[in-house]
Amino acid sequence: MPQKQINGFNIDINDEGYMTNHAQWNREVAAALAQEAGITLTDAHWRVLGFIDKDFKEKGVVAGMRRMNKVGGIPTKELYALFPDGPIKKAAKIAGYPKPASCV
Amino acid sequence: MDNSNGKIKKVSIIVSRGSLEGIYPGLIMANGARMEGIEANLFFTFFGLYGILKRYMGSIRISTVGNPAMRVPDAKGFPLPTFLGAIPGMSAFATRMMNKEMAKLDIPPVPEFVEMIHDAGGKIYACKATVDMFHLTTQDFCPQMDRVLTVGEFYELSAGAQIIFT
Repeated sequence: MPQKQINGFNIDINDEGYMTNHAQWNREVAAALAQEAGITLTDAHWRVLGFIDKDFKEKGVVAGMRRMNKVGGIPTKELYALFPDGPIKKAAKIAGYPKPASCV
Repeated sequence: MDNSNGKIKKVSIIVSRGSLEGIYPGLIMANGARMEGIEANLFFTFFGLYGILKRYMGSIRISTVGNPAMRVPDAKGFPLPTFLGAIPGMSAFATRMMNKEMAKLDIPPVPEFVEMIHDAGGKIYACKATVDMFHLTTQDFCPQMDRVLTVGEFYELSAGAQIIFT
């Protein structure tokens, strides 16, 4: 399994760069992963990451767009503005969770 | 066709049928494109136009007639004979069942799905020939419909895109 050093932390990742051991995730790692995706994390980003984290712990999967809207209270437009070009994939990666495996 | 780095950059998806199974694939593909950072245009034509008509888009139904793959009570059940599919209420019943399954997967109802795609930056277009043929005006459409297009305009804005007919 590939490893990488990021912001002084060692993390396990898969071929696509998604973390494979969530225990290695912390806020500094998230900030560094976001930087790699060209994103500087703000409170609005953290709200999204927080919801993904909470929902993953309950459901075991990364929330889809509709769940983000309805349960997380985060509108589609805002998600695309915060994480352009593939909002849920990017947010999941930064949140230290697997690539979303749903079609919607 | 521009597939530099082997990545699709833009898709134009044509929705030509007005049944539930005719409309959803195009919506799922358009939404999926946006989720991957791919530019997406949706072009609704002929009966597919019902997917963006304000008054009807909320009651799109599955077709239980002329659908030899249709099985009851679930996808691995018995084939539904065409004459039974024609019984009043059968299509509504099958639609209800299907909608329930889709809701479980968090697939939104058509009006919400169209709004989601539009909010995601996908463009929604209506076919001019059909609009004229059905005597429709822009008032008949949902607010997400960006423009009525001729086929020529559709090709123009599809420059560099993969065109997908559903």
